[in-house]
Amino acid sequence: MKSRQEIHAGYSPSEVPDEWFKLKEKDKDAAEAVARPSLSYWKDAWKRLVKNKLAMSGMVFLILLTIMAIIGPILSPYQVNTQVLQDQYQPPSAAHWFGTDSAGRDVFTRTWYGARISLFVGLMAAIIDVSVGIIYGGISGYKGGRTDNIMMRIVEILYGLPYLLVVILLLVVLGPSLTTIIIALTVTGWVGMARIVRGQVLQIKNYEFVLASKSFGTKSSRIIRKNLLPNTMGPIIVQMTLTVPSAIFAEAFLSFIGLGIQAPVASWGVMANDSLGAILSGHWWTLFFPAFFISFTMFAFNVLGDGLQDALDPKLRK
Amino acid sequence: MLRYILKRLLIMVITLWIIITLTFILMVSIPGSPFNSERSSNETIQANLESHYNLDEPYHIQYLLYLKSIVTFDFGPSIKKPDQSVNELLGRGFPISFELGIVTIIVAVISGIILGIIAALRHNGFIDYMAMGIAVLGISIPNFILATLLIQQLAVNFDIFPVATWKSPAHMVLPTLALATGPMAIIARLTRSTMLEVLTQDYIKMARAKGLSPWKIIIKHALRNALMPVVTIMGTLLAGILTGTFVIEQIFAIPGMGKYFVESINQRDYPVIMGTTVFYSAFLIIMLFLVDIAYGILDPRIKVNKQGGE
Repeated sequence: MKSRQEIHAGYSPSEVPDEWFKLKEKDKDAAEAVARPSLSYWKDAWKRLVKNKLAMSGMVFLILLTIMAIIGPILSPYQVNTQVLQDQYQPPSAAHWFGTDSAGRDVFTRTWYGARISLFVGLMAAIIDVSVGIIYGGISGYKGGRTDNIMMRIVEILYGLPYLLVVILLLVVLGPSLTTIIIALTVTGWVGMARIVRGQVLQIKNYEFVLASKSFGTKSSRIIRKNLLPNTMGPIIVQMTLTVPSAIFAEAFLSFIGLGIQAPVASWGVMANDSLGAILSGHWWTLFFPAFFISFTMFAFNVLGDGLQDALDPKLRK
Repeated sequence: MLRYILKRLLIMVITLWIIITLTFILMVSIPGSPFNSERSSNETIQANLESHYNLDEPYHIQYLLYLKSIVTFDFGPSIKKPDQSVNELLGRGFPISFELGIVTIIVAVISGIILGIIAALRHNGFIDYMAMGIAVLGISIPNFILATLLIQQLAVNFDIFPVATWKSPAHMVLPTLALATGPMAIIARLTRSTMLEVLTQDYIKMARAKGLSPWKIIIKHALRNALMPVVTIMGTLLAGILTGTFVIEQIFAIPGMGKYFVESINQRDYPVIMGTTVFYSAFLIIMLFLVDIAYGILDPRIKVNKQGGE
């Protein structure tokens, strides 16, 4: 920037009178105003998630699936378990949109019933894992020291137990049902979540704002609830979206080997198992629909989880 | 290092002990004696059977006997298959399952790493998206679904590979493919993300500045460092492949351990279920231990005596 004297130097004073120059009044309010709208962490994460097309299509798929799981069986004129033996192995048609299976049951209706069971198992397992994991990991990370050491040793041992084998053992004894599957899946399933929460809490509890809170004499329980947990939410949500597909897979797997939901009830694993023989004789649709929906539900949760991971990571913020 | 190994060893032994105790508690808590079947037998015979299998002893004696039998590697008889012990079933089934598992791991690791490297080198290009698309699909499709699809397409429709049993290398193709796709996808994703990170490091720039050929840089400098995370998840992958063999062997009618295991579950043959579970768990836990030790040896930067998890 040239000074006023320098500008004057190039012109004669008569040509450029001082009155031409006016100091522009500074608009104080405008200078203080923030040009970009203020974004909270969640709004910012949401904005980034929306830009991720794959994650969004996964989310749309899951919303549609949930809606169909609720209203699908009502839309169809057939009952889930009504067997019409003369309609055995009907290919997909106007009457049976997804065809019929070996017992003449409508695959369309059964698929949405299967969706109900899969989503229910997945969500329940995730909710229980999160609750137990947050409490356990939160206490362990916050207390630190000896408590943390003992609690983490226990986690380490539980982590070494082969997950599906323990689930199989429990189901053999408890007997297969929807409730026992959820219990079996969560008995050791919370361990991963506890580890993540504990790692996060350990990191955050040394930050200044927590120290400030402590110096005001805030109670531990309040610090955990108000300072620590909100800041660990990101990784918890990501872990949750990845717990759901593994629970859905486990349910289908267990039903497939005969330890899960029992036969007349329509679960995707049961349907896939029932149709094993049918595909060899060319009745592909009995396998295709449950297989397609298991795979796509897992796919949708996986891409959504990946998208959330990117969106919730403040380091990736632009 | 020695301290670390000893610590891991201790944890391993405790984990094994928990599994054994758990199976014992579960076995005892199953209502009724294993010999209460529909065909009611004479009470004396019942009592004789129970004393033969030590079922008339108090629980703590039974527990000690059970511990002893497992330590001496004797898993007891099968109830549903007369004249067969769990050991015999294991002896017959395990080599086949082991073969399937080894082939699967080799295929998964090699193809996963290659896929990951290619994706990383063509970062954000068409090939990258293709490879990662395949990888996410591979993670999402359950192995038992993939197995049935493979049978239907490659065995029934096109008749390229035989459908079932375990006789020649051609019989191994489909089960291996079905079992290896999931782990391959996980390895590919992991290799890609660590490769991308490693490729931005200074020592890669240095290698490039020295004028090394691109392949030499990738194989000698980048890949070595990118493979460490793959070693860490080997334990989890092994567990996945092992449980995967249950369904794959069932679907392809392979006479391996997994098939016997699922059969024993369906027939509620408790000694076989418990015996195989203990055997599987021991196998997995020992493998996890070895992976951990290998990791400590391979990466000297790791502070192995560090406390706690992350």
